Amino acid sequence: MAAVSETAVDISSAMITAPTPLADWVVIAPVAVPILFGAFLLMVRHHTRVHAVITLCALGLTFVANVLLLGRVLADGPVVMTMGRWLPPFGISFTADTLGASMALVGTLVAIVCALYSTRDIEAVGRRYGFYPFMLLMMAGVGGAFLTGDIFNLYVWFEVFLISSFGMLVLGSEERQLDGAMKYGVLNLIATTLFLIATAYLYGIFGTLNMADIAGKAGELRGTAPLTTLAMLYLLAFGMKAAAFPVNFWLPASYHTPRIVTAALFGSVLTKIGVYALLRTLVMLFPPERAMLSGLIAWVAAATMILGVMGALAQTDIRRMMGFVVISGIGVMMAGLALGTVEAVAGTVLYAFHSMLLMAALYLLAGIVNEAVGSYSLREVSGLYRSHPLLAGGAFVLVLPASGLWPKVLLVKASLDAGNGWLAFAILASGILTTIALGRFFILAFWRQGPDAALQGEVPVVGYVVLAALTLPVIAIGVYPEPFIRIAESAAAGLIDPSVYIGTVFPAGATP
Amino acid sequence: MRTVIFRTVAPYLTSLMVLFSIFVLLRGHNDPGGGFIGGLIAASAFAIYGIACGVPATRRALYFHPMAISGSGLFLAALSGLLSIVYGVPFLTGLWTSFGFLGVEVDISTVMFFDIGVYLVVVGAITSIALALEERELP
Repeated sequence: MAAVSETAVDISSAMITAPTPLADWVVIAPVAVPILFGAFLLMVRHHTRVHAVITLCALGLTFVANVLLLGRVLADGPVVMTMGRWLPPFGISFTADTLGASMALVGTLVAIVCALYSTRDIEAVGRRYGFYPFMLLMMAGVGGAFLTGDIFNLYVWFEVFLISSFGMLVLGSEERQLDGAMKYGVLNLIATTLFLIATAYLYGIFGTLNMADIAGKAGELRGTAPLTTLAMLYLLAFGMKAAAFPVNFWLPASYHTPRIVTAALFGSVLTKIGVYALLRTLVMLFPPERAMLSGLIAWVAAATMILGVMGALAQTDIRRMMGFVVISGIGVMMAGLALGTVEAVAGTVLYAFHSMLLMAALYLLAGIVNEAVGSYSLREVSGLYRSHPLLAGGAFVLVLPASGLWPKVLLVKASLDAGNGWLAFAILASGILTTIALGRFFILAFWRQGPDAALQGEVPVVGYVVLAALTLPVIAIGVYPEPFIRIAESAAAGLIDPSVYIGTVFPAGATP
Repeated sequence: MRTVIFRTVAPYLTSLMVLFSIFVLLRGHNDPGGGFIGGLIAASAFAIYGIACGVPATRRALYFHPMAISGSGLFLAALSGLLSIVYGVPFLTGLWTSFGFLGVEVDISTVMFFDIGVYLVVVGAITSIALALEERELP
């Protein structure tokens, strides 16, 4: 070993010398807390009785960290922490802006609610096979994906939540679950491979993986580098993740097979990460390329929303129907991506919040209905209005068309402003069809004359609690959208003009 | 594979390989080696032991469940990153200290504990997979 020289080395050219304030740790806490607790659960894997409680504590802490983070981001702009003290772009920067922090917050809220309902849904065998450690590690991956400011690191977090999601998907080892997991696994691995190839190509072009650095350098390289190819590769890879038409077939093939809590978590959070990554790469890193591809994206968006909701109309299994509703929502979000104005992207972000909450609520509602009636089939479920009026009230609020109104208003207005009338028409048509699809579910399951009320099972109290926890924010977005729109607009503005984002990672123009 | 020769040699081979894996792990700080490759060597040692002496014997010898070992590794790695919270430096910053031990200066660092964490994760995960596969194979 070389002798340590006594002379002090000047590290300021390679390392961060300013002390890191304690408050900056909220950037890493949404990732570090679930990893720590998830690892702890792996260590005590046989004491399955404590798993649920520890998971709820961990997610509660994560939620608090996310709330603090979002508050800080809204007050003072993006927060950055570069791992290992190395100066960016050499260290991996965790960069939380409004978009990432708010999506991470909503995702964590959904995860808490799902963890709460999992105390009913996941039986002893599922716990023994490690449902809760998988869930926490998946949430670590989700938090990391939303908060990282490094595109290769984004790939790593994609892998983290993907591998955990495989584990959650096959829990129970039924034949159809393995079949669904196979399709989910293969298609998602193809998408991640594409993502990796695109990232390798990007590194070859830019020589950096830090997103702020890429956004800063893209302008000078635009004339010579094949950035449209890159944008197209990312569009395909993340479109596959988000389940956009025509690469959406893995979702309806797999999301109806796992436990309902898993389906709720996947349907609400995982597909939105695809949308988030699309926004991050196409809107922030490659805006002129996005504008070039916007016609294609608009077609993809319209096809996804219309074909998705048509699939939903055709299904009799409630879970399959919800899978198609998820796809239709992805189409609506991609409409904002196609338009690319602040208003449109704000509509996409707001729709993402709404869709995360609503889809989790609808999946959990399906689970509660199954618990009461013992079936997911719309042919068999009926008469719930008489036997469970409170549940019917909650369901009615969820299927109301008003809940997704404001983001759609923003998107329709943005597409009309852009002179894109047919896209506005597609959004409105998909909205009407979604209302019909969900209304059909409500009419068949709740209003239709059913068997004797005495035959229907009890709904657990926790079922009402989780529904209320998700329905109240949905109502809040519908009735008093102002603060949510403001957050969404701030997120969109931060994406479209990333100069503040870049300035936070490289203060005082210290771009390498 | 349960021949007399293999069964006689396996315990010695396993202990030698585990010892070597720890050497590779610690050597990895300044030379080729490290937690990942060390963990692979140790996991193959346990796999050999499992082939020779049977999976139940290996599980007994390991005492902890492989996944629990893996979890402890992840926990250790995350904790070694969190230590920097006390020193006002970003997550996962390498922190060093040294102490005299029998007249020799020994350097220890959070980097080493992170690497030990990686070692344990790899040992646990690969051993868990290997033992599960061997369990299916043997009648």
